[in-house]
Amino acid sequence: MDLFQIKKAPTVYDAIVVGSGAGGGMAAYMLTKAGAKVLLLEAGGYFDPADPKYMTQLKWPYESPRRGASTTRSGGDFDAAWGGWEIEGEPYTSKPGADFFWFRSRMLGGRTNHWGRISMRFGPDDFRRGSLSGVGDDWPIGYEDMKPFYDRVDKLIGVFGSVENLHNEPDGHFLPPPKPRLHELMLKKAATGIGIPVIPSRLSILTQPINKERGQCFYCRQCNRGCSAYADFSSSSVLCIPAMKTGNLTLQNNAMVREVLTDAKTGLATGVSYVDTISMQEMSVYGKTIILGASTCESARLLLNSKSSRFPNGLANSSGVVGKYLNDSTGASRSGFVPALMDRKRYNEDGVGGMHVFTPWWLDNKKLDFPRGYHIEYGGGMGMPGYGFGGGIEALNGKIPGRDGKMKPAGGYGAGLKDDMRRFYGAYVSMSGRGEPIPLESNYCEIDPNAVDKYGIPTLRFHYKWSDAEIKQAKHMQDTFEQIIEAMGGMPMGNKPGKEQNYGLAAPGRIIHEVGTVRMGNDPAKSALNKFQQAHDVKNLFVVDAAPFVTQGDKNVTWTILAASMRTSEYLIDQVKRKNI
Amino acid sequence: MKRRDTLKALSLTSLGLAVNPVEAAVPEPKPAVKLLPGRQKFEAERDLKLLAAEPFFTPAELQTVTLLSDIIIPADAKSGSASQAGVPAFIEFMMRDQPRNQTPMRGGLRWLNAKCVSRYGNPFAKCTKEQQIDMVEQIAYPGKKVPSDMTQGVAFFTYLRNFVLGGFYTSKMGIEDLGYVGNTPNQWDGVPEDVLKQYGLSYEEPKK
Repeated sequence: MDLFQIKKAPTVYDAIVVGSGAGGGMAAYMLTKAGAKVLLLEAGGYFDPADPKYMTQLKWPYESPRRGASTTRSGGDFDAAWGGWEIEGEPYTSKPGADFFWFRSRMLGGRTNHWGRISMRFGPDDFRRGSLSGVGDDWPIGYEDMKPFYDRVDKLIGVFGSVENLHNEPDGHFLPPPKPRLHELMLKKAATGIGIPVIPSRLSILTQPINKERGQCFYCRQCNRGCSAYADFSSSSVLCIPAMKTGNLTLQNNAMVREVLTDAKTGLATGVSYVDTISMQEMSVYGKTIILGASTCESARLLLNSKSSRFPNGLANSSGVVGKYLNDSTGASRSGFVPALMDRKRYNEDGVGGMHVFTPWWLDNKKLDFPRGYHIEYGGGMGMPGYGFGGGIEALNGKIPGRDGKMKPAGGYGAGLKDDMRRFYGAYVSMSGRGEPIPLESNYCEIDPNAVDKYGIPTLRFHYKWSDAEIKQAKHMQDTFEQIIEAMGGMPMGNKPGKEQNYGLAAPGRIIHEVGTVRMGNDPAKSALNKFQQAHDVKNLFVVDAAPFVTQGDKNVTWTILAASMRTSEYLIDQVKRKNI
Repeated sequence: MKRRDTLKALSLTSLGLAVNPVEAAVPEPKPAVKLLPGRQKFEAERDLKLLAAEPFFTPAELQTVTLLSDIIIPADAKSGSASQAGVPAFIEFMMRDQPRNQTPMRGGLRWLNAKCVSRYGNPFAKCTKEQQIDMVEQIAYPGKKVPSDMTQGVAFFTYLRNFVLGGFYTSKMGIEDLGYVGNTPNQWDGVPEDVLKQYGLSYEEPKK
């Protein structure tokens, strides 16, 4: 019989970072650049988008036998996300009627390998929605605390955009934005005509080179596959691999962390234990500081699983707040068909990996029946066909007159159907609202008392229900989408989702912007971390993913994860110098 | 990675790069089969197994699928037919890859053959071309009211049409037919001038 033996590594690192995504990658980068010896633990495998072994960029759909269908990975065969909504042997559960969907990437760089590269700063108001609206809470820091770090992240990583001087959409150090595509020009004209602003998007894609290590965008629209030129931001290519080059980083892939180890006498964190997912060997590793960047829900899970006699509620959880206030972006979408775009001239309009224009939140919630805003992301154009292309044609081709001006029955077959496909190609637009929810204590994750994963680590159970605030916001999105589509002479597709479908509001978790489970605050009775993302209860323990975020604004949070992790890393370096840690 | 190597790698604090991605790497594919790069181990193993598996379709089923595919996407002046683009082979693979397709596909083909036998005295593939088109006409238009014994056929044909379109337009032939000219390094400098003019659009900001 095998003895369940835990191997103990002899080295004591200056810091152990758990997770190699935006937060963990930035911490590893900052600390190794400062000369610290860092161990970076990643639950998944190694990934380098420039290595042909991993490269799906510029591949064709027919190079996949399933044409890129999402059978084994949620984003399809070409998507650079190993993992997805379900991972074999790593279950999670939800209370009935309170579904939460949890997307996990198990690979170097985590979810930054396939993300949308949308890189917006929080605005001054986003840090103090509680006091501005009377609903929800403020952050313990404000925009002025974060601005220097946003500035540095802009310069270190690169982001394109335009200077707009909008109060709550702070400008950054922008590279030139790509010109809008045809449908984006049409969207802009139509939306601005009805009072909805459309401005260049802000994506972390290099439209100009910023250093010798990374190339320039070559406009293939495939950032989600990972960029062989390192011309977009992913933590693997931009933070982790440069951190390794310092010689100060030890990367341990396939390390699924079980718990944070603590000293019962001092109450300090001493290391972590993990399972080597290949050999199934249990390991313990030791460090002077422990930094969690495992993702919003994994970091909460880790803390809740790190129980000891001194920390019976889990680590950094004397407040009981760990796991609570889980919140994801709201999301609702609609697409439209634009007859004016039928039979359009063909040319390469791939552009960058995402929209070239977007709509920032433009209204005043005080005059609306919901308390928080949203932005609108746009899609469309002559994209590369993928799995499922042409599906649902029967819902459209019975509504569009043929070349002879006559209507024909929906569906069909043969030469006429083939002609429809040519005429309709590139004549669609889509829009997605991404909004700010109200974080609620009643939306939370906790340790499932009855379940473990294949490593024997207790798993998460979710409780999450949208409130009226989010449902009304989704209704407003749907009305707005319809107005924009109609203003551009388009036909909204499908049925407009009504009240019984929550106006198309995506289920919690689906937008993959979850934050809030290890919130920061000034009051240790109501928060787990202080304003430097340092545990109130354990001074050598930090969290650098989006778990500390009190709210998520109507912005995508990655740029704030990066800036906050950079700020925390500098604080840690300073505290070590002062011998406080 | 072997356990011993893991420990060795752990101690190589100055050589983080020495930790190699062995586990994530794709095993060397067998000569005849070229897998996509970036497959995880379980994906590569699964792909190889599925590609080598016994066909799902019987020869008769495959013949019917091929006939139907070419009725849906026939050759014309611009491009070839669905079968010339390899659509039946794609559908065959999807039956193995996503087994939930097997019942609607096999059952739909059985429904079609049973209906053809009762209407024309032969299964679909043995019907005349005119009979085949006559049958397809009964089930090709989901917006039309059809007799209650035809609704399942309409659902099947819609399901098959979507498969055929997806297969054809993700093939090299179908992509060229659509005129998609991207997926190649380039410099995006905006919408061509003549297209801007055609739509009455401009990159100049209107004066405020």
